[in-house]
Amino acid sequence: MNRGQHILRGIVLALGAFVFLFPFYYMIIGSLQASPDPSLGGAFPNPANLTLDNYAAINSRIGLVQGLVNSGIFAGGVILCTVVFGVLVGYALAQLQWRGRGVTFALALLVQVVPFQLLMIPLYVLIARDYGLADNYLGMILPFAINSTAVIIFRQYFLQVPRELFDAARIDGAGELKLLWNIALPLVRPALLTVVLLTFIGPWNEFLWPFLVTKEASLQPLAVSLANYLSTVAASAANPFGAILAGACVLAAPAVLIFILFQRHFVSTNIGSGVKG
Amino acid sequence: MSTVATSTPPAGRSTLPAGGAPARRRRRPLLGKNPIGILFSAPYLIFVLAVFAYPLVFAVWMSFHDYFFAAPGAQIERQFVGLENFQEVLADPAVIRSFGNVGIFLLINVPLTVVLSLVLATALNKVVRFRTFLRVSYFVPYVTASVAVVGVWLFLFSGSGLINQLLGPLAPSPSWLINSTWAMPTIALFVTWKQLGFFILLYLAALQNVSEELYEAAATDGAGKVRSFFSVTIPGVRPATVLVLLLATVTGANLFTEPYLLTGGGGPNGASASPVLLMYQRGIEQGSPDVAAAIGVILVIGVLILAFIQRKLAGGDES
Repeated sequence: MNRGQHILRGIVLALGAFVFLFPFYYMIIGSLQASPDPSLGGAFPNPANLTLDNYAAINSRIGLVQGLVNSGIFAGGVILCTVVFGVLVGYALAQLQWRGRGVTFALALLVQVVPFQLLMIPLYVLIARDYGLADNYLGMILPFAINSTAVIIFRQYFLQVPRELFDAARIDGAGELKLLWNIALPLVRPALLTVVLLTFIGPWNEFLWPFLVTKEASLQPLAVSLANYLSTVAASAANPFGAILAGACVLAAPAVLIFILFQRHFVSTNIGSGVKG
Repeated sequence: MSTVATSTPPAGRSTLPAGGAPARRRRRPLLGKNPIGILFSAPYLIFVLAVFAYPLVFAVWMSFHDYFFAAPGAQIERQFVGLENFQEVLADPAVIRSFGNVGIFLLINVPLTVVLSLVLATALNKVVRFRTFLRVSYFVPYVTASVAVVGVWLFLFSGSGLINQLLGPLAPSPSWLINSTWAMPTIALFVTWKQLGFFILLYLAALQNVSEELYEAAATDGAGKVRSFFSVTIPGVRPATVLVLLLATVTGANLFTEPYLLTGGGGPNGASASPVLLMYQRGIEQGSPDVAAAIGVILVIGVLILAFIQRKLAGGDES
């Protein structure tokens, strides 16, 4: 490879990184500005214009802590259901022989291409109207409860465990649940972390569904309360952009930090496997 | 095609086989060697039936009936109205416009996504230094909530925002998101930016499967870097391209958060409204879930047709 191509590649990659990261940098800078400065100079921190007031302002309007707690309950509920039921079905798909196994695996793949836009209205009618689960954590969690990508990831990890290991334990008289708990789970611990991370992102960032089913402000996840602030009340604030960006930083920080800390677990094969099968 | 298949198992029934095992399978037990597998999978199967299969059938049913919200517990006869809901939807200029808007969105978003993610993935594939840093920075928008980054884009693309300050006299007036020509392209650009990291990752995985020998053979035949990119890389990652096309199309059809927040509910004057946004407005705000369901059915049929065409064009014969 010659030098020119080398440099060109470097420029393309660096430009890409700048375009992807700049809005995040700008989000932090903007959230700290006492008065919004959209000029070119405003992209650099100016000690005279720095303040934490925006965080106080957004907190007084939408209750950041309550929003974070609600987002946490929503994401936590989904993660819990996905891990418990996903491990069970993933293990059954990989290591057990039973009627309907092929159909179940096909369903787990198909479910991922079912468009949510078609399900939105009937799910709203069923969950919010018929079951009366509007303004309820359960209603928020239900449509996302078991992440099918996670089911497929669990299956793939369980497939890598040699079957003889289980056969030997079965001969020793161990029950299936005991096998799962004592042998299978410790062997697929990396899958657990990957699944928890992948599953976390979905509900934490989800807007449309919790927006539909929560009207009660004290139950809204942060993404919903921030969006409501953004679309209705921001105009009345003294420094609307500062307050919005402060809220955006609080909403983005957990997902971004978790991703950076555990980035090597977000492997392309895992993410791709969910959609490719 | 896939959606139809999902809805086939009748709701409310378990997936246990209906008939007995055929005689030639006598050696295998009726429910398989480890029937406990059915028990382990039961929660997931119930979930899929309740949250995907049943609502899917319900949506299609609703679109053919006169359905409206009623007090909980009230028993109401839902009248079959045939294609009336579909007629209403197709005669509504706002709905037609929203489908046109998605068309504009896809025309910008899909090619841009395919080209940029393939170029960046190819460049990233060869790089050794800063690899982790670059991978993380490309992926960060994807893991961040739309609602959070929408705030920054509003700031960047506002009338006196940084983008317009940089452009100076070239800045459009009215500004990007309140300009009926530029609102939809700006949304398409936003979504491309936000999703690109995911597609770069898909292409990176696909590039690992392109054999190094093919590049060597191409080099022996005198092909330069550019030539071998077109003759080896692009055909080599074709299955990934089919997948990227499909996923980008589905993402586009699902568009809701961005027009709702970036352009204040599909403004200006419906220039950036998406079908899902209209489903929300018609179905939930205005209380006509039957009409909304009809929009949804049309949208899904549209996506299936697009996916079929893409498969024919990009998939070629072998895949």
